[in-house]
Amino acid sequence: MFGLSALQLARMQFGFTICFHIIFPAITIGLASYLTVLEACWLKTRREHYLDLYHFWSKVFAVNFGMGVVSGIVMAYQFGTNWSGFSRFAGGITGPLLAYEVLTAFFLEAGFLGVMLFGLNSVGPVLHFLSTALVALGTLISTTWILASNSWMQTPQGFEILNGRVVPTDWFKVIFNPSFPYRLTHMTIAAYLATALMVSSAAAWHLLRGNDNRAIRKMLSMAMWMLLIVAPIQAVVGDMHGLNTLKYQPAKIAAIEGHWENEGNDGTPLILFGLPDMQREETRYKVEVPHLGSVILTHTWDGQIPGLKQFPPQDRPFSPVVFWTFRVMVGLGLLMIAVGVWSAWLRWRGTLWSNRLFLRCVTCMGPAGLFAILAGWITTEMGRQPWVVYGILRTADAVSPHDAGQVGLTLIVFVLVYVAVFGTGIAYLLRILRKGPHDDEGLAVETGGPGLPQQPMRPLSAAHKSDRDDAADDERS
Amino acid sequence: MGVDTSLIWAVLILFGVMMYVVMDGFDLGLGILYPFFPGKSERDVIMNTVAPVWDGNETWLVLGGAGLLAAFPLAYSVILSALYLPLIFMLIGLIFRGVAFEFRFKALERERHFWDKAFIGGSVAAAFFQGVALGAYVEGLPVANGAYAGAALGWLAPFPIFTGLGLVATYALLGSTWLIMRTAGEMQAHAYRITRRLVWLLLLFIAAVSAWTPLSDAQIAARWFTLPNLFWFAPVPLLVVLTAVLLLRAVARKRDAAPFVYTLVLVFLGYSGLGISLWPNVIPPAVSIWDAASPPQSQGFALVGALLIVPVILMYTIWSYYVFRGKVRHGEGYH
Repeated sequence: MFGLSALQLARMQFGFTICFHIIFPAITIGLASYLTVLEACWLKTRREHYLDLYHFWSKVFAVNFGMGVVSGIVMAYQFGTNWSGFSRFAGGITGPLLAYEVLTAFFLEAGFLGVMLFGLNSVGPVLHFLSTALVALGTLISTTWILASNSWMQTPQGFEILNGRVVPTDWFKVIFNPSFPYRLTHMTIAAYLATALMVSSAAAWHLLRGNDNRAIRKMLSMAMWMLLIVAPIQAVVGDMHGLNTLKYQPAKIAAIEGHWENEGNDGTPLILFGLPDMQREETRYKVEVPHLGSVILTHTWDGQIPGLKQFPPQDRPFSPVVFWTFRVMVGLGLLMIAVGVWSAWLRWRGTLWSNRLFLRCVTCMGPAGLFAILAGWITTEMGRQPWVVYGILRTADAVSPHDAGQVGLTLIVFVLVYVAVFGTGIAYLLRILRKGPHDDEGLAVETGGPGLPQQPMRPLSAAHKSDRDDAADDERS
Repeated sequence: MGVDTSLIWAVLILFGVMMYVVMDGFDLGLGILYPFFPGKSERDVIMNTVAPVWDGNETWLVLGGAGLLAAFPLAYSVILSALYLPLIFMLIGLIFRGVAFEFRFKALERERHFWDKAFIGGSVAAAFFQGVALGAYVEGLPVANGAYAGAALGWLAPFPIFTGLGLVATYALLGSTWLIMRTAGEMQAHAYRITRRLVWLLLLFIAAVSAWTPLSDAQIAARWFTLPNLFWFAPVPLLVVLTAVLLLRAVARKRDAAPFVYTLVLVFLGYSGLGISLWPNVIPPAVSIWDAASPPQSQGFALVGALLIVPVILMYTIWSYYVFRGKVRHGEGYH
């Protein structure tokens, strides 16, 4: 179909569905922790605007969680429908890890999400706070399982291959594989930053329109502290992650850097921009800084990293994509650090709430964290190619033997359905963001639970009240 | 000899799929019956009978998928890739009907009809393609070198299409008896009328499948019709007849909960009938649960989590059904 092979189409389908999916869990992870902090602040200070913020963001959390669950169902089946070779070969390890992720998510939903969304009046503040904290902990445990699985595919260990499939020999080694701690830290921080940017974007948008209250100011303030402190930490973690990748997946680093070969004993330059060309085996039109590559990747002046030519052509990741996605991620990260520093300067000058250029900039940065996450994942996943389990199973051997027509058909269906369904859902999220938070948000919340207008079973319902008001507004206008 | 973790996992997954069929069955059935209840208030009531519990119902589907990958990766990879298109269409159907629950109540008046149609179309598609997948699975999936070796469109055959329609009828009956239990007045009377016809339709399907499978599959015929199996398994068809009689009588006597309970028994009997035909194969006709098992270290590791958490999910499910029991009338929605 369209000259694409079934393998390419299957990869596009996986890429498309996972890119859509990862947005929701990333925001879920960030918001769950944010809500925990908000409720802790409220319990400590008893200031009402913390509670207003808590109720406002829990509505966003609920809708977002629902969409994460729906898009996640597709992921759980895609490993079998499209990647049967992978499931058969590696299911003995990735299967249990995925099962634990699913079980954790359901346990969380079954146990504490209901109390968190509807139970403030029925269980009392302290138990309610514990529920929120446990939901946040649950999202982090889920992250841990799924990243253990992904990291094992990047840097596999603790297994042997018997009869053409992996057999776990040491679960501890499987889970705590070499790239796992770095990937887990990097992704968790990324989720926090993406959430902070979304929160601050909503706040700045309201401030620009003259909607000014304590809750909105608090949103912007908390998010900017997050950016100021955590964005630089993320750069350090990213650097450590890069060194780990250089050690275990040097071809990925070479592709990211567009680095083809070493010349003599010279240090490696850093190519800022250029066009890697797989056929010509060179990076064209490059702008480079001498020795900077060595400094960043080896922390020495003259250290060298392997070039792509050291790997046989069939083992090279596709440099033109990962070269650029990596730069997009790093560029956005640097922008986040800059905005954090800028906010500190404005805070010191007392113009954080009124500098329109800054507020406009922060509004535009709303999706920047999510884009950085997508760019980073594309880098690490495409940089692992042509392997799906690094060094032991090629992607081409993992794909299900469907013909291109079938995979192309389902890809088109997925694109249409996802755009329609999740487009509606995202539009709905933006509606909530546009509405609030207003004063006394906390008092306007309906109580929920068995037999009451709300019930804890369905996260999406948590947001329905504001939407009814909203629909009424739309009808009037 | 240690614990047979393959056996435990098979029972666990069979149980999970059973839970799914029964619970998502009636809520898919409500979507299938939607066209027979055109009024807005009727439709609101229908949705409100199931709104608090439907997403819990679907968790069993995900649990079944993840459990299958962890415990029987070969079965997961063969079954899911062999039934590629039906399963993808089923997932798309589930997405549409899932979001319809929420979007329908949030939509403006002029947009609602779209989500009504999404609810109907999604429910019918999910049920039909589940049935197609089931039919193709029962017919058998040829395996060679650890991969599906049949035709890409092997599922597009008379028997799977037939079971697809059969499952739509089954879910519709679960839905209509659920409505008898949960509604009152004119809606309940309407549900009684629909139920009576659906019972006969379903019996027709059960009879046809019971004849079709042993006639076309010698292995299944041998399972049922050789001695001493004949004596062991004879109660199953006899119980089906008995349950059908009781169900029809309960409908005629306008009983409240009994029709739903008898339908559950009927579904359970049909399910166990299929189980008897296929056991111990996880990929019919030739791959057993032990052939498809993941390494014992994998099954054991995942089993610890499943045995801890599945009971919690079960308790929570029972509790939420208990809380939301009773009749639903118009105007007292959960929404």
